[in-house]
Amino acid sequence: MLTAILAITIMALIFGLLLGYASIRFKVEGDPIADQIDKLLPQTQCGQCSFPGCRPYAEAMANGEADINRCPPGGEATIQALADLLEVEAKPLDDECGVEKPKTLAVIVEDRCIGCTLCIQACPVDAILGAAKQMHTVITDECTGCELCVPPCPVDCIDMVETKLNPNTWRWPDPSHIDLKLEDHS
Amino acid sequence: MSTPLGKFPGGLVLDGQKKRSTHDAIRKTPLSKKLILPLQQHIGEASTPIVAVGDNVLKGQRIAKAEGHVSVCLHAPSSGTITAIDEQPIPHPSGLSALCISLETDGEDRWIEHEEIADFTRLSEHDIRQKIREAGIVGLGGAGFPSFIKLNPGVHHHVETLIINGVECEPYITCDDMIMRERAEGILDGIEIMQYALRVNHCVIAIEDNKPEAISAMELALGRRHSLKDTRIVVIPTRYPTGSEKQLIQVVTGKQVPSHGLPIDIGIVCHNVGTSYAIGRAIKHGEPLISRIVTVTGTDVKHAGNFETLFGTPMHELLSFCDTHREPNEPFILGGPMMGYNLSGDHLPVTKTANCILVGVDNAAPKTEPLPCIRCGECATACPVSLLPQQLYWFSRSKDLEKTREYNLFDCIECGCCSYVCPSKIPLVHYFRFAKTETMNHELETQKADNARIRHENRLERHESEKKEKEERQRQRKLALAATKAAKEKEAAKKAAESSTDNQEN
Repeated sequence: MLTAILAITIMALIFGLLLGYASIRFKVEGDPIADQIDKLLPQTQCGQCSFPGCRPYAEAMANGEADINRCPPGGEATIQALADLLEVEAKPLDDECGVEKPKTLAVIVEDRCIGCTLCIQACPVDAILGAAKQMHTVITDECTGCELCVPPCPVDCIDMVETKLNPNTWRWPDPSHIDLKLEDHS
Repeated sequence: MSTPLGKFPGGLVLDGQKKRSTHDAIRKTPLSKKLILPLQQHIGEASTPIVAVGDNVLKGQRIAKAEGHVSVCLHAPSSGTITAIDEQPIPHPSGLSALCISLETDGEDRWIEHEEIADFTRLSEHDIRQKIREAGIVGLGGAGFPSFIKLNPGVHHHVETLIINGVECEPYITCDDMIMRERAEGILDGIEIMQYALRVNHCVIAIEDNKPEAISAMELALGRRHSLKDTRIVVIPTRYPTGSEKQLIQVVTGKQVPSHGLPIDIGIVCHNVGTSYAIGRAIKHGEPLISRIVTVTGTDVKHAGNFETLFGTPMHELLSFCDTHREPNEPFILGGPMMGYNLSGDHLPVTKTANCILVGVDNAAPKTEPLPCIRCGECATACPVSLLPQQLYWFSRSKDLEKTREYNLFDCIECGCCSYVCPSKIPLVHYFRFAKTETMNHELETQKADNARIRHENRLERHESEKKEKEERQRQRKLALAATKAAKEKEAAKKAAESSTDNQEN
């Protein structure tokens, strides 16, 4: 009887120590769920979700404090991906945050730019290049189309231009609509 | 002549339909008044214009330079004036426009001075590659990959065999057949140069057995060329798609190019006969790539044949030169019936990759709507890459891109065998092309998002450190201020003390 109790106690102690050690040794840095959610977000850093960037929104979602339908740039596809990841029901985009729009890029009308640097300070991804009283310009490849640079501009010289499809970014159309037509017949 | 060593799974025996366009010798397409030259006629980066609107250029003058590594130069196909550098419709399945240089020809067709090199061995391998790049030469079999890259095996690879692809397995197309019949010597010139650049002696010219005239022409030329004693002609059984690079290597050598690998990984380099001819012209005669041979054929073409056509020639001019029955803007096929794509629009130019224009297919099946898949497995039997088209079809349809990749979608060569044999007429290849471009776009977007995330994080970090620095500066300033204040007070106290002692002394 006593040996049994002793044996169990010792075993419990050993396993306890082992678990305790493992939890320190193999500690996961950061929040893996928030990381996974962050990966699915479009990283426009536009703040339309009412959080200051994609990462804070991802953390809020991971903590269950925010809904999954607050990202207009990601739109339906992102909501679907988030719903799959978090195993919840997908829902339509929250109107409060905005509407899904085609992808745009900021373009500075260079004749009108007065070089005030306000847009440079507003850009969340440092995609605007310029200096005080010098003309500014947008690094097209880095622009996420978040529109955050538009309101601060005092001379209204930033246009949001829809990104044009070129032969290299063009995608073959989905042929399944042909099949769908067929299913309608039956 | 020697025999092939291997074969690939699947494939089809198709009705060649090649007789129609091989009756007549290669003819020259008349010079067009206006040539439209897309800046991207190859795989890789588009070239950059080095001429301005209004400039007069000579035939063979460089008008755009290579941009980045995977790129080649572009030349004026005839003499004339540059009239525009703007977006024009290009021959692409999307029907979209891209940047093109428009050239109004003056009819004189005046060549720029070019250097003929009788003995190319006085050039280094590097110089030869550079000259080939500057001559704007890309793979003329259809893909348009810059040839100079394939002639640079690098230090880690040793080339054992050079394969010259004269297979031309796709029905209707005969431009390679005709170039072998008529310009065998020129092709051999190119082979000599490529052997020199690759430092390889062993060379195989592969030709399908449905081209006896081409085989005998090449044999005759090869017999006279003593410098090419290690070059053999291999006659290959006619089977589609033997002309595809990886399948051809499998047939000729019995070796398989690994998935995601390149022929160079197994010591093989493969070039098309047309490319070989172009390389010969470029090095020996100093002529850049400004024209190619285009097959114009089909049931609606009265004078089908092969035409040496300057790049930029509007396709409708070529079609009317061959007396084609065609309504304006009626669609036609660029490429062959298996791998080509439909184009419409009259002012599309002939480009470096335009090997065949097909107007009207014999015994064309009436267009029917696809029926549901009955899981017969015919597609898997026909697939020359041993993929499972049926599985890929389900995954592509449900947009499960992860799964399509697991099933090696990117090994698909889009030969069209699966779609051809499908009893339900499902456009399988269309699904695969869709899934491929979708995956590539998805990857691009993820990469862009990652980039944006990093830039944003860096920015936040920078702000944080700037804030800290500012605080630190303020603290320092406060300390300094306090220190000076204390010093002053001390001074004042000292003075006060001194004055008080003075007073006492007095």
